[in-house]
Amino acid sequence: MTELSNPVPSKPPRSQWLDVWDQFKSHRGALMGGALFLFIVLAVYLGPYLWDLEATKIDIRARNQGPTWAHPFGTDQLGRDMLARMMAGGATSVSVGLTAMLLALFLGSFIGVLAGFFKRLDGPLMRLTDLFLALPLLPLLLVMMLLFREPLNATFGPEQGIFILIVASIGVTSWMPTARIVRGDVLALKEREFVMAARSIGTTNSGLITRHILPNVLSPIMVSATLGIATAIITESSLSFLGLGFPPDFPTWGRLLFDATDYLQQYPERVFWPGMAISLTVLSVNYLGDGLRDALDPRIRGR
Amino acid sequence: MLTFTIRRLILAVPTLLFISLVIFLLLELAPGDPMAQVPLTVPAEVKEKMRLALGLGEPMHIRFWKWLVQFFWIEPQVLIDNIFGTGLADGKLRVISWQTRSPVMDIVVQRMPQTLWVVGTAYAVAILIALPIGIYSAYRQYSWFDQLGTFVSMVGFSVPPFFSGVLVIVIFSVQLGWFPSIYDTTHVVDSWDSFVYQLKQMIMPVMVLALQITAQLSRFMRASMLDNLNQDYVRTARAKGLSEYVVVMVHVLRNSMIPVVTVIALGIPAIFGGAIITEQVFKVNGIGQLLIGAIQANDLPMVQTLTFIFAVLIVLFNLIADVLYGILDPRIRYD
Repeated sequence: MTELSNPVPSKPPRSQWLDVWDQFKSHRGALMGGALFLFIVLAVYLGPYLWDLEATKIDIRARNQGPTWAHPFGTDQLGRDMLARMMAGGATSVSVGLTAMLLALFLGSFIGVLAGFFKRLDGPLMRLTDLFLALPLLPLLLVMMLLFREPLNATFGPEQGIFILIVASIGVTSWMPTARIVRGDVLALKEREFVMAARSIGTTNSGLITRHILPNVLSPIMVSATLGIATAIITESSLSFLGLGFPPDFPTWGRLLFDATDYLQQYPERVFWPGMAISLTVLSVNYLGDGLRDALDPRIRGR
Repeated sequence: MLTFTIRRLILAVPTLLFISLVIFLLLELAPGDPMAQVPLTVPAEVKEKMRLALGLGEPMHIRFWKWLVQFFWIEPQVLIDNIFGTGLADGKLRVISWQTRSPVMDIVVQRMPQTLWVVGTAYAVAILIALPIGIYSAYRQYSWFDQLGTFVSMVGFSVPPFFSGVLVIVIFSVQLGWFPSIYDTTHVVDSWDSFVYQLKQMIMPVMVLALQITAQLSRFMRASMLDNLNQDYVRTARAKGLSEYVVVMVHVLRNSMIPVVTVIALGIPAIFGGAIITEQVFKVNGIGQLLIGAIQANDLPMVQTLTFIFAVLIVLFNLIADVLYGILDPRIRYD
């Protein structure tokens, strides 16, 4: 037997996440996207503490102002500060995006793991996924908004109710891609030796799934999480833009854009801010997802 | 191949039935009342009769069955009547809109051309732009053209149509005044000038829709070309001394088009759905606006029929994509 050339490794073992970070750093677009997304999230959640004008305070004398030091983004037709409204709207839009993504991710991973792991459930669950994919989503979302707005408003109050409604309907209609990807990965993982080894020492099914399967399908789940935020934000804004989302006095980016289109001729810049915020958020999240996909793929990593 | 197509067609029937049931049950929960706009002076028993005349007041399963019969049996007969001048559907009850009290399908047929024109042109333009971009970015991978293409398609993914639409209105119609911001559907093309006007009013909606489609298609074309460019048969073709043009544009392109063609087929129903927003921005009087109007007016038969038409489009084009894949790629055998 030959002697090991270096019996004691000189460096301590690197954690997997350090490697992922190294690969992620080399993708410049992803790094910038991540930084921008972090900035937007911080700005919409912490911004209101620094900028103490209220989003709903009406100051009719200062209406329709251009950018000044007192109102950097100007004011709207009721004299409400646009910067404060942008931050309040962003907080709603980003919250909707994050919660809807979490819901879709949970549903998608749950169904994907069940379908991939238990052969009996595979057929029915995948048929269900196919059926959901064949549903016309935007029309159905609009219909759901129409139907459940009143009862939910009555139970949870107008803002809470519509928030739950939008998050639930986006989550329920966007879990399918995640489920398909996760199922495919679980099917391949199930046949691997380490799963067989774990099973041979008597690991239960739930133990197998939580300890061996789930950590290994984490990377596709994380990638679809980032893309899920992007689609959820766009969907919420489209609903608000069509007038079927949040109520008028409750700003979101889509709603602000919708309100601003009425003043398109006189104040075109008012359309620009919310639209730019939506686009930049989605763009940064997309770049983030792109970088994560590369960083989490061990075949690309280290090249 | 034929048996596969027939099997898929038969499988599509329960799918569509299920979807129509889901839509029907969803709408069953609707709080709206079609009698809400009838004046209060109308006595209650007359209202009840009007309700019955609209087909309400019967149990749920009977109304679902009636809607199925109307949609799948009577409407095709009306279509045949209109084409051949026969009288198959005379006196039969059709799906009636609560808004206008006229058959839903007649309104849909009126609105269809506007949507088809805008969406169809946008799709054609997008394919014409996306394919060359995809081919060239793959051929010169990581060149500045490829990087630019990646960035532009990322932007195309990220900018939602209700922002890009409003943005082009601000630039081209408010600031520059080149194009009209509202799409005039009553415009008739009968002379050169009216043709130019039609072109002008179509440019902006087509541009907005095409940007989105181009972004997706060009990425897909690029990935598909990259898969094929490193294959052994490409090296063989080069070794035989074929010119670079023939290698790329004949050998590689034909093989790369196989998945792209199916993606193009799969994208068509999604475009109809996405056009809802674009139609709203440019006030195109099409299917999408009809749906939004019907939702706001609580016109349930119209909403049900339109949503179902969207579902039929999705199922149909999924089927077409699967069959196309089998026809185009000899390696795929479904049997």
